[in-house]
Amino acid sequence: MPTIELRCVSNYVFSNLNLEVFDGELLVVLGPNGAGKTTLLNIIAGLAKYKGAVLFDGVPVDKTPVNERQIGYIFQNLALFPHLDVASNVGYSLMIKGQEKEENMQKVDELLQLTKIEHLKDRYPKNLSGGEKQRVALARALASSPKVLLLDEPFNSLDIGMCECLRKEIRQVQREMGITTVFVTHNLADVAEMGNRVVVLNNGKIWLMPPEMFKKDGDNGNHIHHDCLHCVMDCYCKHAH
Amino acid sequence: MFIKRVFVGLIPVMVFILLWESIAQLNLVPNYIFPAFSDVMREFYQLIVSGILLANLLCSLSRVLIGFLLGAAAGIAVGIVMGSKDVIDKSFNPIFSILYPIPVLGWAPLLMIWIGINDLLPVALIFLCSFFPVLYNTITGIKSVDREVIKAARILGASDRKILSSVVLPLAVPNIFTGLRLEAGMAWRVVIAAEMVAIPTGIGALMMRSESLLRMDVIIVCLMVLSVMCLSFERFFQVMENRITNGWR
Repeated sequence: MPTIELRCVSNYVFSNLNLEVFDGELLVVLGPNGAGKTTLLNIIAGLAKYKGAVLFDGVPVDKTPVNERQIGYIFQNLALFPHLDVASNVGYSLMIKGQEKEENMQKVDELLQLTKIEHLKDRYPKNLSGGEKQRVALARALASSPKVLLLDEPFNSLDIGMCECLRKEIRQVQREMGITTVFVTHNLADVAEMGNRVVVLNNGKIWLMPPEMFKKDGDNGNHIHHDCLHCVMDCYCKHAH
Repeated sequence: MFIKRVFVGLIPVMVFILLWESIAQLNLVPNYIFPAFSDVMREFYQLIVSGILLANLLCSLSRVLIGFLLGAAAGIAVGIVMGSKDVIDKSFNPIFSILYPIPVLGWAPLLMIWIGINDLLPVALIFLCSFFPVLYNTITGIKSVDREVIKAARILGASDRKILSSVVLPLAVPNIFTGLRLEAGMAWRVVIAAEMVAIPTGIGALMMRSESLLRMDVIIVCLMVLSVMCLSFERFFQVMENRITNGWR
């Protein structure tokens, strides 16, 4: 049974969209700007209106409020709380649950350690670099022990070196924790390095693609090694037909 | 560095006082029209010793505090409701949009008839003067909070009430305090106007009495006190805002 299932989902972007994300996998959704990638995540999170059904572990969650869906979401602009320091940002979900302060502190420390930002715990977001903010957003998303992790083009504003480093770290954390993850991107480099499965999203439709097709030069497999997303789109159309 | 900055700031004030004193001592203008700085300071001392200044200041201060605190509290409370509930905002906004542009002293004749000429009149005027700007600043503050941050809080499990108290209000604080800071000074201007027009006690009334007795020295003392009070109030809210938002702004 898939952890996340979208059945005949329709809204202003999609018509009769079907998608399955399996337990513990990292699904990469690739698509150009305006393809509806963020809308797809918002549907899963319950932030966008839609017709059809979204199921978590086979149970419909269409009427489940956003704050009860047990989701970790890293937004494109990260949306850190500017008035809270790093430790409070990470511990926000624990604080609102009213857990014991000491218990919270312990979990926050563990997450800060996991994301390698324990030295930043007293800083405010305005005093962090792009990569550091990224790590805070990841730690905050993981703090609530989510069933599902949604990543919305989180490396957009980072340099290539930082992107590579964070890709590896996020992949490692995702594997260690075994969280079912949906990662949307328009960057082919993300696809090559991150996904278990890759789907391409364009014009409101989704196609499954083997990740080998996106391998870089020098890798094994039937790669297409295109750097241009539109070339990939052409290739995927042929593949689909 | 600090001493140098204070010294540099003091020089123009010293020059101004020196010029004032010199011109007054030349007796080009009668002393009752243009009193010397030394005469003003002497009168300041007399007013303090006699208790007249303190008594009138306390009258004005209590009116400002009551009117301002009530107006600001109401403005913040209504602003929170209007800022967070679109339906209420759309329902009440037209009424407040009509009432807000009316100069606060324009309400004076109406309020004189409704509540009479008593201590409540300046309090009511200060209430009105504080309410609308604080209301609009609170609404603006709440509406300008990044929607993504609110979504993030919701996804992390926060209820509407928790989002309001832990995210929206803290982030609206700078806007709310801008309203409080501006209106704290304005409240003093309004109380003086009300006391000049209708109330027999307070700094404004003391100024009016002094005007009828041609006591320019007393009027200047009152103006100095007013200036200090306006600045102190505005500075207080500035310091409070900095303290609350320290670090993250």
